[in-house]
Amino acid sequence: MIDPIILFFLLGAVAGLLRSELRLPAAIYEFVSIVLLLAIGLKGGVELARQPFASLLPQMLTVVVMGFGLTLFAFPVLRYLGRFKRADAASIAAHYGSVSVGTYAVAVAYLGSQQISFEEHMPLLLVLLEVPAILVGIVLARGISRETAWKSIAHEVFLGKGIVLLLGGLFIGWVAGPDGLSSIEPLFVDLFKGILALFLLEMGLITATQMGSLRRHGPFLVVFAIAMPLFSALVGTWLGWSLGLSIGGTTILATLAASASYIAVPAAMRTSVPEANPTLSLAGALGITFPFNVMIGIPLYHALAVWAHTFAKG
Amino acid sequence: MHRHTRKLLTVITEAALESTLVRDIDRLHAHGYTITDARGKGSRGTRNAGWEANGNIRIEVVCDTATAVNITAYFQEHYYDDYAMILFVSDIEVLRPEKF
Repeated sequence: MIDPIILFFLLGAVAGLLRSELRLPAAIYEFVSIVLLLAIGLKGGVELARQPFASLLPQMLTVVVMGFGLTLFAFPVLRYLGRFKRADAASIAAHYGSVSVGTYAVAVAYLGSQQISFEEHMPLLLVLLEVPAILVGIVLARGISRETAWKSIAHEVFLGKGIVLLLGGLFIGWVAGPDGLSSIEPLFVDLFKGILALFLLEMGLITATQMGSLRRHGPFLVVFAIAMPLFSALVGTWLGWSLGLSIGGTTILATLAASASYIAVPAAMRTSVPEANPTLSLAGALGITFPFNVMIGIPLYHALAVWAHTFAKG
Repeated sequence: MHRHTRKLLTVITEAALESTLVRDIDRLHAHGYTITDARGKGSRGTRNAGWEANGNIRIEVVCDTATAVNITAYFQEHYYDDYAMILFVSDIEVLRPEKF
């Protein structure tokens, strides 16, 4: 049975395509995304308090390397197969090497409704995976030149809304622990799926606005926006399995790998690599990859994780 | 009541540029600025401010002619090529010239 939150996404997309007047006020969208980011951070933080930090280091290092690797893989594909300009290829690659918190939230909801457990410290990996792609993207576009204003880039990257709220949530969750958080649970835990449904409604509307620019940018971008997440999911599944994650955890890591950023990376690329055309990467990440992951990708990555674990057992 | 002429510089551009432009405006000796969220359509497509990467802002600066010329030249050189930006200057009258 299809999850109702996906139906909210479809409602938004259809309403947008039919040019309905429907719009979520900007302040509401902002609020909804803040609640989601904090909720995700808080849950991860509670779990971090239970685990010795050192035991997570191999996973942390692996996802950082994965973030670098996926971006470096995507760049030549876009540059030489897709014949994109250097700046455009670097910017799109950075989007696909980074992660989408929205997609992560849908994956969490999917596993929740199937009652599949996963390693709750995943939000930590989510935060770590946001950054490497941005750095690689900038270096690929610019080269390492003295002109690059690394200080302001660092400010942009580490003090962007997403990272501050995720890290803040992780920290609060870690300090407060499960008992301390029980008083705010009604908002951040009980309402999570309702808030996510509203978020997806708006995402549907935003996705619909990208359709026009997709038509202009041709078939390669469409193919890339589906093939790249599939490839990344394979890498994520393999890494998740090698790290000894559960089936749920492997599914999440595959989803993280497959998702493409549409908030942190666009903002960073816009200021650091201004000559890259932002509509290209957004059309791919929002117009194709996000809906693909949400509707087809996540169940597929779950099946992949199940298969990898059964296969490994022999 | 004596009135003084000043320039009103209006810039409409991408929200992503806000912090950079504010820094430039301060550095180029303007005494203040006003920023509002904006929506609209131009040669680079519709910007409906539905979410953060797609927002527009309108920056207004009241200043003397020299500052207006400096800011205009600087913005044109640095941002016109890569960003969605329009900029126009108009003559206005103010009552307290020392403020601007």
